[in-house]
Order: sequence, then C-alpha cells, then structure tokens
Amino acid sequence: MKNAYLERLKNGIITENPTFVLMLGMCPTMAVTRSAYNGLGMGLTSAAVLIMSNLIISALRKVIPDKVRIPSYIVVVATLVTIIQFLLKAYLPYLDEQLGIYIPLIVVNCIILGRAEAYAAKNPIGLSTFDGIGMGLGFAIGLTAIGAVRELLGNGTIFDFKIMPSFYEPIKIFVLAPGAFFVLALLTVFQKKLGNKRVIKGKNSATTGGCACCENADVCAVNKSDNKS
Amino acid sequence: MSDMYNVSYAPHITSNYSTRNIMQDVAIALIPASLFGIYNFGLRALMILMISVLTCVMTEYLFLKFSKKPITKSDYSEVVTGMLIALNLSANSPLWLPVIGGVFAIWVVKMLYGGIGQNFMNPAMAARCFLLISFPTRMANYAIESIGANTNLINKMYYGAISVDSISGATPLAGLKAGESIKLFDMFIGNINGTIGETSALAILIGASYLIYRKIITLRIPLSYLVSFAVFIAVFGSKGMDLNFIFAHILGGGLLLAAFFMATDYSTSPITPNGKVIYGILLGILSGVFRVYGASPEGTSYVIIIGNMLVPFIEKISLPKPFGKEKIKDVE
Repeated sequence: MKNAYLERLKNGIITENPTFVLMLGMCPTMAVTRSAYNGLGMGLTSAAVLIMSNLIISALRKVIPDKVRIPSYIVVVATLVTIIQFLLKAYLPYLDEQLGIYIPLIVVNCIILGRAEAYAAKNPIGLSTFDGIGMGLGFAIGLTAIGAVRELLGNGTIFDFKIMPSFYEPIKIFVLAPGAFFVLALLTVFQKKLGNKRVIKGKNSATTGGCACCENADVCAVNKSDNKS
Repeated sequence: MSDMYNVSYAPHITSNYSTRNIMQDVAIALIPASLFGIYNFGLRALMILMISVLTCVMTEYLFLKFSKKPITKSDYSEVVTGMLIALNLSANSPLWLPVIGGVFAIWVVKMLYGGIGQNFMNPAMAARCFLLISFPTRMANYAIESIGANTNLINKMYYGAISVDSISGATPLAGLKAGESIKLFDMFIGNINGTIGETSALAILIGASYLIYRKIITLRIPLSYLVSFAVFIAVFGSKGMDLNFIFAHILGGGLLLAAFFMATDYSTSPITPNGKVIYGILLGILSGVFRVYGASPEGTSYVIIIGNMLVPFIEKISLPKPFGKEKIKDVE
C-alpha cells in the first residue's frame, strides 16, 4: 500500500511530469518563469491548490453528479485560489505583485482540472492527495528549473545570487517571451534523455530516428504495413 | 552488378545544379560585399567574417558528430549563413557576438529543424533578430574611431577607409529618420556607416547580378520586393514622390542585401512563380511599414522572418494550374 503512494509521487515528479511530459499548464509556464523565484512561487502556489483540490474533489467524488462535475470542480478550485490569493497578498506581497494575473488564472490551470478529472474523481482520498503532491512538486520543479536557466542566461543570477562572472553579458532574450520557448524545449529534451527511457531499444533504426524509435511504433499502422511487406 | 544497368527512378534528365554548386555561387556572390566591408571597416570586419563562418561550420560539424549523423562533405550553406551573419553585424561588434549568432543560427534554427531545406526560417536573419533582442546596444553601436587622413598605410588598413574619411557616426537610415540631408552617391558607393555588408549598394548589386547571370535566383522576388517597397514609401513616406528620398530608403540599411540574398533563400521562399511575386510584395509592404512607422530605423530582418513564416500559406494560394486541367479541386 505504501508503494502506491510513493509511486504517485514518482509519477508526478518524473514519469508524468506535468511540465516536461504532459505539457500541461503551458500558459503560466511560459509567462511567469522569468526568474527562479517567480517559477518556484508559481509552482508552490499551484501545488498547494492542486493538493487541496485533489483532496476535496476526491472526498466529494460520490456526491458530485456526473453531469455537472466540471462546474463543481471549478467552484472548488476557485474557492481555493481565492484563499491562496488573499494569503499571498497578506504575507508575500512581492510575489503576488510579480505573478499578477496568473494567480487568479490558476483556476483554469489544465493540471488542476486535469488531475481532478483524470485521477481524483476516481480514486480514494489518500492516493489523490499524494497524486496532488507529486504533480504539484513536479510542476514546481519544472517551473523552478525553467526559471533558473532563464534567469542564469538572461540575467546572470539564480535566486538573485550572482552566478556568472562579471564579464558575462546577459543574453536578454532569455528573460523575454521567446526565451521561455527555447528553455522549455531544451529542458524537455534533457528530461526525455535522462528521466524517460521509453525509447525502444534493440532496433537499429532507433539511433538514426524514423518510425521504429517512435513510442507508438508497436501499434502504429505505418509500422505494421512495413512489417508485413 | 554492372554499372551499365543503372536502374533508377525518374527523373532521368538532371541538371548540373546541386546544393553545393548553388551555395558556392551564393558565397562567391557575397564576396564583393564582404571585400568592400573589409575595405570600409578595416581588418576587424575581416576578423568578424572569419569568426562567423568558422563558428557556423564548426557548429554544423559538431551537431552532426554528436547526433551521430553521417558527416558529409560540406555543402557551403553554412559558409553562406556565416557570411550573412557577419555582413549583418556592425564592425564594432565584440568578437563573441558572431559566435553566439552562428551557434544559434546553425544549431537552433537550421539543424534542430532537420538541416538544410527543412529550416522554415532564414538562419542568418533569425540569428540577427536573436542578437538584436538580446544585445540591443551592442547591435546598434556604429561608433567610428576617427584617425584622420594623414596616417600610414597599415593604420589605414587596420581601421578601414571609413575611419580615414571621418564620416559621421550615424547610419544613413537613422539620419533619414532625423531628417538629415541625403547623399545618394555616397550611399550607392558605400561611403557610409552601417553593418559590414550593407553599406555598398554597388557591391551588393555586383554580387546579385552574378547570381542572376548564373540563374541561381530570378528577379521575381527582389524586383517585386523593391518596387512594392518604393511604392509604399512614395505613398506613405512623409515626402511623397521625392525620388531622392525613395532612393535613399532603398539604398540605405540592409534592404538591398535582404532583397537579393535573404529573401531569395531557397528553403525559406515560395517555390511557385506567382507565390514569389506575392512574397516579394508582402516583404516590400512590411519593410515599408517598419521603416515609416517603426520605432527603430531598420526592421528588415524581422520582415524577412515574418515573411518566411507565411511562405507555406503563400504557396498554398499560388499553386499553378496544371496545363489542360480545368480546376484544382482539392489542394490537400
């Protein structure tokens, strides 16, 4: 039983990392990761909402009628986001200022609704909470990593600590919008290379690319017709 | 099996054009502009050119090596990219600027999309935009060290002709924007400030006529580009039909270089004949918009990459009608 909980954590952080594998919640990912601090703040805020919403929705899963489930989820998530926003305004006003409109937008974050729909609505409270923790941490790690790389290249700092030597001239494009796309793509490649060893081994075309190294090679129609001939 | 039985698919009649030949010709066509840049801006321009080309070649080689792709004989396309990046830099650029530009152009814009022919954006222009956004002050630094007329030959060669003639630091386009007087002949010869390759319209035109003579490019794109640009400036520019003003706009900045060398890049321009004209007109209008209404004097590099991204749509609407066919029913 304990393994199932750990598996949820690993699933969220590595196997199905919401940022690098599921590619969910791209809007805040692109918009707020100008610095590692912003990324971490956004990630943890979303994580808090996600954990609580998974817990509540999982607890209410037998009460919520199927036909109105999405509005019900939205009500739950919106309530939580409002609470979080007030807390941020009270205790972390700087972060609130930095994240701006993206805090209220957590309500429509794909990860939160996605996990509610895909997991919390079908699974018991304990597992759902751990799913929320795993996914939330995965999101926070993803955003922090993107933020750190962008801040390092575009500003020479990480968490406002000067890292790069003084002769380094910041490549400003990385703290602007295009940089988010470059860094996200780059880190996704690394995640794919290190974390997810899903590439089918043993087929010689796997190294050169092409159909056989595709994840869906076994079920793909093109591949099957190739095999027949 | 004997070589006599050469079984192959159609087409059986091929031309002598290969990517390598074509790119070689483009590189040759860029030599006049490069030489003039070196003459004008001194040995530093040569250094930037060499570093840029070297970076591009090395990046491509290393990419092929690390991605375990077969390393084939170079097709010169990365040499052309390197030259274009350098020609679009100010001679004052620090030497690491072409390195960053070259790596970005070849690695991100070209190789990650599948190499030559697969890139949807002109690598050199994308690199220039990348550098413009990242290092705005470095890219706009055209300051010239004046050394006066009576110096020895070595100094003259080192600093370039422009330092001797003590030409004002501003580029002619910035001057145009500020309403300074226009010296058309200087702009045509290249006796002006600017990036390494853009100053001499004459050198660019020599290179371009070589390309046209070798049938590497047709006049469709450059001509429709320049004509539509001139019309736009005549209509919307503040001076009306002032020929001096229109020609100053055509000769100034990187417009000619872009029209003949960047806009005609094979993989990022439409292949259909009518599409080329539409593409040229589009670029001309966009250039005009950037020149007349833009905040900065120059926007040609942005224009080219915006145009590059519209190429698939232009090709779609300009498919030629096959001979004898009534109507194209379904493009897909």
